[in-house]
Amino acid sequence: MAFNSAVITFPGSNCDRDMAVALEKVSGTAPHRVWHGDADLPQGLDFIALPGGFSYGDYLRCGAIASRSPVMQAVIEAANRGVPVLGVCNGFQVLTESGLLPGALLRNATIRFVCKDAKLTVENAQSLFTGGYEAGQTISVPVAHHDGNYYADDATLDRLEGEGRVAFRYAENVNGSARQIAGVLNAAGNVLGMMPHPERAIETTHGGTDGRALFESAVRGLVGA
Amino acid sequence: MKVRVHVSLKPGVLDPQGRAIQHSLEGLGFAGVHDVRAGRLFELDVDNGVSDEALDDMCRKLLANMVIENYRIEKVAA
Repeated sequence: MAFNSAVITFPGSNCDRDMAVALEKVSGTAPHRVWHGDADLPQGLDFIALPGGFSYGDYLRCGAIASRSPVMQAVIEAANRGVPVLGVCNGFQVLTESGLLPGALLRNATIRFVCKDAKLTVENAQSLFTGGYEAGQTISVPVAHHDGNYYADDATLDRLEGEGRVAFRYAENVNGSARQIAGVLNAAGNVLGMMPHPERAIETTHGGTDGRALFESAVRGLVGA
Repeated sequence: MKVRVHVSLKPGVLDPQGRAIQHSLEGLGFAGVHDVRAGRLFELDVDNGVSDEALDDMCRKLLANMVIENYRIEKVAA
């Protein structure tokens, strides 16, 4: 069965092509490319990806305008029906701004844009997205962001931890994130937001392939091996 | 009708920009600045008929992120 996925492009997205290439390399099927102004998504999607970039120039707040765009209403409905949604970097910011994930992403505590390979600890290896990893495994995935400082109030953080919804944690806190959180899941487990870029670590020429298992586990989980 | 919406970070939310501004003020030789919190000001020009509820809704749905920010609406005499 073909893997039916979509990559959403907002004005200012710049990792949409990388995301599409990663999905195609791993699944064998090219994703639909969907524009932010589209009110409808392609039928029968198995997977939706919100890519990195600087949607709408990061005006107002990172991800704020994108999260109110026509296509996001359709993405929110799909996510609430259980369709898996992955948001990377700006995509994570769009997910928090849309309310699909709790918390917010603030300016990095250092004020500086951070662009490097980050070591991550896999905290939850049971989810659709992380089943290809081992719990406690350390992986190396590139980060490139200015506003990746994850914030939520203590009660929310405690709930996320208690429910196993912290997917990834930074081994070294690159941006000041609360409890070094790099990626979080929604309560149902079908929405993952993360600042690091797994789509930039799927081939040896990228300098590492630690991101590949994320796409492989999603594809395997959704359409079988 | 002119409306000003003041958006500020909630107390307790780290404001690295405010901190950098404070350090910069110190660098310029201004003493006694204990803390700086950076916020945003929106100036809206709206129909007189726009209700308080609608203004409130604008703030909650877009102008402020209620997870991290507070807002204050100020109507300004035209």
